[in-house]
Amino acid sequence: MDMIFLSRLQFASTTIFHYLFVPISIGLVFIIAIMESFYVKTGNEEYKKMAKFWGKLFLINFVIGIVTGILQEFQFGMNWSNYSRFVGDVFGAPLAIEALLAFFMESTFIGLWIFGWDRLSKKVHLACIWLTAFGTTMSAFWILAANSFMQRPVGFEINNGRAEMNDFFALITNGQVLVEFPHTVFAAFATGAFLVCGISAIKLLGKKDVDFFKKSFQIGITVALTSTFLTLVAGHAQAQFLVETQPMKMAASEGLWDRSENPAPWTVFANIDVDNKQNSAELKIPYLLSILSYNTLDGSVKGMNELQAEYVQKYGEGDYIPPVKTTFWSFRIMVAAGVAMILLGIYGVFLAWKKKLVSKPNKWFYRLMVAGISLPFIANTSGWIMTEIGRQPWTVFGLMTTADSISPSVSAGQVLFSIIAFCTIYAVLGAIMVYLYVKVVKKGPYMMEKVDIKVTNDPFAKEDFHA
Amino acid sequence: MLELNVLWFILVAVLFIGFFFLEGFDFGVGMSTKLLAKSDIEKRILINSIGPYWDANEVWLITAGGAMFAAFPHWYATMFSGFYTPLVVVLLALIVRATGFEFRAKDSHPTWKKAWDVCIFLGSFLPPLLFGVVFACFMQGLPIDQNMELKAGFFDIVNYYTLTGGLTVLVLCLVHGLVFTTLRTVGDLQERARNLAQKLLPLLGILLTLFSALTYIKTDIFQERGLILSFIFSLGVIAFIVGGFFISRKMDGWAFGMTGAVITLSFASIFIGLFPRVMVSSISDAFSLTIHNAASGHYSLKVMTIVALTLLPFVLGYQIWSYIVFRKRITEKSHLEY
Repeated sequence: MDMIFLSRLQFASTTIFHYLFVPISIGLVFIIAIMESFYVKTGNEEYKKMAKFWGKLFLINFVIGIVTGILQEFQFGMNWSNYSRFVGDVFGAPLAIEALLAFFMESTFIGLWIFGWDRLSKKVHLACIWLTAFGTTMSAFWILAANSFMQRPVGFEINNGRAEMNDFFALITNGQVLVEFPHTVFAAFATGAFLVCGISAIKLLGKKDVDFFKKSFQIGITVALTSTFLTLVAGHAQAQFLVETQPMKMAASEGLWDRSENPAPWTVFANIDVDNKQNSAELKIPYLLSILSYNTLDGSVKGMNELQAEYVQKYGEGDYIPPVKTTFWSFRIMVAAGVAMILLGIYGVFLAWKKKLVSKPNKWFYRLMVAGISLPFIANTSGWIMTEIGRQPWTVFGLMTTADSISPSVSAGQVLFSIIAFCTIYAVLGAIMVYLYVKVVKKGPYMMEKVDIKVTNDPFAKEDFHA
Repeated sequence: MLELNVLWFILVAVLFIGFFFLEGFDFGVGMSTKLLAKSDIEKRILINSIGPYWDANEVWLITAGGAMFAAFPHWYATMFSGFYTPLVVVLLALIVRATGFEFRAKDSHPTWKKAWDVCIFLGSFLPPLLFGVVFACFMQGLPIDQNMELKAGFFDIVNYYTLTGGLTVLVLCLVHGLVFTTLRTVGDLQERARNLAQKLLPLLGILLTLFSALTYIKTDIFQERGLILSFIFSLGVIAFIVGGFFISRKMDGWAFGMTGAVITLSFASIFIGLFPRVMVSSISDAFSLTIHNAASGHYSLKVMTIVALTLLPFVLGYQIWSYIVFRKRITEKSHLEY
């Protein structure tokens, strides 16, 4: 089988799987930190229970995020050694800093948080969860700074056929990361929040521990609406940046073969015919693409054919059009999921504000919130697919193609073996995580202590009576 | 002034040594869950004894990888693509091991526990073995061509020399983990850990001597750095003997220091022997990767140096603090998260 195809498949499958867990970690730790802050401020034990209950779910998720993350770092060298040689100078630095600044912090302080409930003072313990939250968010910044270099290379010069860093500050203030970081992190907060809301909704539907889950829902829905709204704002900024820096990705995500009319309409649906480079059965909203692209009611957007001709002039012969259908539809799926999240968030906050979360029957809404757990995952995944597929054929935009990036010394058989091995183990881990989530949620917050029944040979040991 | 390439070679070496020192005892404790523990509660005590640390200890490996990527991209690229299959196995092992720690106690079904026990054992057994093989390969030399591509056949990586290296690292980690267990537990479990460590010492001594002798015969590193390596070797012998004495005298903290010293000296001698090379080519000396031809540009190294030297004191500070917070021994009455 084709080595490039297999390497891409390996990267896509392991990255998508890894990124199911990362946003939960980033979002959930932040919500847990808020809950524990309430506990330290008010002294109300209920908030401590909350931090512990959601903490259980966080830890189950966190460990899968970590173990799949090690592979993320290793596979640049394993599967993409030519890429690593070419950009290691620039791309390696944020990765190393990520480990040094973020990974050490989150792994040490989460250890202190888990085992430190009885060893640390309330405030120090609270600081541990905030430092963990800070670490996970920092980690997102550095990995996105690295990713942004691939989208829009800055702060480098080409020496001896390699990209060498010449401006670190430019790298970390890359316009791309300044729009990509808020968009991604707010989406991650929303992911954690929708998970909390969805699980709370399950319990509220079953009328279990109503007060506990009503409070959790309130915190969750507030974070959910705020962060989804901020994701939208940041996403809009990112789209406008895209028009300037990666017009081909923008054109593909619009299914735009020829330059758009002026003012440009936004295509809701289209039947894309890649072979003949044309669309049929288009449904368009007038003006919207101009507004999205330039914040004005006029201005046209370049199409793929025009850009292809430009790129051939600039980079030489080749096909510079990314997989159009994938880019087009992943963008629409992301937007649709985002809109649905905002609507659910608005209604949920409205209910909470009117104090109607439990007083009147909200069964259909809670059912929607349970289904809504899937929305951020759909949005996150399709967002990344659009970002990465839409950049093809480049790994580093304008500098290095995906085809040139692979490892010459690795065989297709080796890659195939690794895909099968990782996908198998990842599928098992995914199933186990769902199983454990269901188990913990079923038990609920007040049964938790029984999990930790201490076994001791001394029947008069004090601890026995606490269990 | 210290050249930045040299400084980064030292930093990468320190990160790997830190990884083997710290995660080394985690691997040993992980293996002990099978070799030492008699009951479920003992297994849990062992796992909880490294509970607050194993995650941060593993980050030493991630940081070592990141530092290689940033400072010596060619070393990173050649090594990670060249050792593709062994690294896939290491990654799978690390994945099932960490999830084993976290998930084992989350269900009480015997099959569930047994499955995770196997994962924890394999996940603690395979990485030190394979890393030992990989580091032995670094010294022995590998078919690295003029494009820095490593196209190794099975027997380039797996042969009696590298297997001896792998076994040595494996037993070293096991003994180190057992001594760590004597520090963190009490009573019968502690006693058995100490006894097993003592029983393994002769085997470890033989392996260390054999591997050193083979390294003398099979590689050129003693010719390159004979004097200093002989010195380190002597220090290692002293640490080993003194460590054995401390174990028998139940001076667990000191014994742990000594097994740690043996790990530190062993891996330090590998890096010193390689210097200024990072990977030796068996095709031609001219194709070996060195701290110069494999490195990033000067600017990149400078930025990284500033960042690393600023952050390192904090990182070390809070990690040491976490060991102080959890200095109390684990007993069956402790809070067992795992």
